[in-house]
Amino acid sequence: MKRLRDGDKAAHLITLIFAASVLLVTVFLVYELWMHSSSSRAKFGFGFLFTRVWDPNAENFGALPFIYGTVLTSLMALLISVPLAVGAAIFLSELAPQRLSNICTFLIELLAAVPSVIYGLLAFFTLVPLMRHYVEPFLKKSLGFLPLFQGPASGFGYLTAGLILAIMTFPFIISISRESLLSVPREQREAALALGATKWESTWQVVVPFARLGIIGSIFLALARALGETMAVTMVIGNDPSMHTSLLAPGYTIAAVIANEFAEATGDLYHDALVELGLVLFLITIILNASAQLLILATTKKGSKQD
Amino acid sequence: MGRTRRRNILNDVMLALTAVCTLITVSVLFMILGFLLWNGFRSLDWNFFTKLPLSPGETGGGVANALVGSAITIVIAIVIGVPVGFLGGIYLAEFGDKTFSMFVRYTADLLNGVPSIVIGIFAWTVIVVPMHSFSAWAGGFALSLMMIPIGLRSTEQFLRAIPNSLREGSLALGSTKTQTILRVIVPAARQGILTGLILGVARVAGETAPLLFTSLNNQYFSEKLSEPTATLPVMIYKLALSPYDDWHRQAWAAGLVLLGLVLIANIAARWVLARGASVQRG
Repeated sequence: MKRLRDGDKAAHLITLIFAASVLLVTVFLVYELWMHSSSSRAKFGFGFLFTRVWDPNAENFGALPFIYGTVLTSLMALLISVPLAVGAAIFLSELAPQRLSNICTFLIELLAAVPSVIYGLLAFFTLVPLMRHYVEPFLKKSLGFLPLFQGPASGFGYLTAGLILAIMTFPFIISISRESLLSVPREQREAALALGATKWESTWQVVVPFARLGIIGSIFLALARALGETMAVTMVIGNDPSMHTSLLAPGYTIAAVIANEFAEATGDLYHDALVELGLVLFLITIILNASAQLLILATTKKGSKQD
Repeated sequence: MGRTRRRNILNDVMLALTAVCTLITVSVLFMILGFLLWNGFRSLDWNFFTKLPLSPGETGGGVANALVGSAITIVIAIVIGVPVGFLGGIYLAEFGDKTFSMFVRYTADLLNGVPSIVIGIFAWTVIVVPMHSFSAWAGGFALSLMMIPIGLRSTEQFLRAIPNSLREGSLALGSTKTQTILRVIVPAARQGILTGLILGVARVAGETAPLLFTSLNNQYFSEKLSEPTATLPVMIYKLALSPYDDWHRQAWAAGLVLLGLVLIANIAARWVLARGASVQRG
């Protein structure tokens, strides 16, 4: 009998060790990123974040062009994907018949599973030529007076990267927003309709505000995905470590420069600078993910409390 | 009445717009499938699966080494990642201390959100640097880190879905907790745990970024796990960016194979789950 109870203790201990290893690995990850970026941190300090030069030959490194490219492409992506995705989520939760809604949600979840290198492949061979020959000349002709749409257009650049990121982020926004919308109690809708609101008014003025925390959370999550997205962006951004106002110009993102240069980087300082870029990316996405997690949690709690 | 009419028109227009949004988003999946089938299918032949890549300029050849390499790195990822995810998940569902479990859960979610390229850097610092070589080990380790959070959370969820009466029944018959978990709880949640495993594999099978500087690439079959190893996603990336038309053709074909595998795995996972649910209900 005692032997069996000891077995329980052992099982408890073994599973505890494996569960704790998740914690330890994550802490170790942060530690390694910190340690392996030491020489870059020592040499450049906080100035690393605000320096525009990236010159591996002169061993002079600054992260600003990459931070700029990362933030610019991700915000562009959200600008395109949020209206589309929230619209689709509203349709799927409020209007579509159950069966259609389930089928569409299933297809959209499959879309979320498509590997990013496949998006890159498609963007490289279809989106880039499309942008170069049709979209970008059109933008220059119609909106060329804005500094955003000037200069040579090769199809590779911020705009193409933003577009492909928009396509890659909307499945996340749709599936989480749909769930937040579905968790809104039915009484809320019925009350609005009973007061004479149209279906759209009840949805837009009552249901969406009720689910807003979850929707905002899903947008944060999508933003974190977009910031860390590597392959598709690397294949279409144009790989130019300088900053441009024009959205048609080639640029660079943090993830893309790491993907392109890490394997071939020579010298400790060069590697350390790349690892420090990774650390910056890690910190940004961690903060976004943590806040998204809290927001989504808050909405589901709110919904269930009112049920 | 003008005001009511305006409201009704706005209602119809906005509702129609949401339908258009849905149509656009869903059609993207069909566009992706269409492009890959159109460009990739005609390049699929026996050689593609059995031959090594040829040098530039020659036509023909295949990606056999990348298929084998991908299988190897994924198996390494499973061997490292599944025990951690599975046993950790059992801890969270069956033994967990409340505060500590919350920490583990939250950390797992954070790990899940770490950009895959950063996971690659971590695998590089802990495996490539000490071993002085790019290797299948490093690639597999990086992938395992991406599988762990999925395995952990899905195991926990499925174990929690098992009704407590099953646990109590088993304990009342005199089983210890370990016996209960091994003989009652885990078998009951088997299908759910299998789903988690398949979804985890599907997630990492297409990952490219964490492999770029861990398993790197290889023109040939790698003989040892401590050598640079070709994988399908990295191969697609390299072939697509090459200047040769014949390599582009192969990139499409490889893309089609990869997408096919990932989508089939996803659909299979759902199918297992749906079947499991109906069996339990019945």
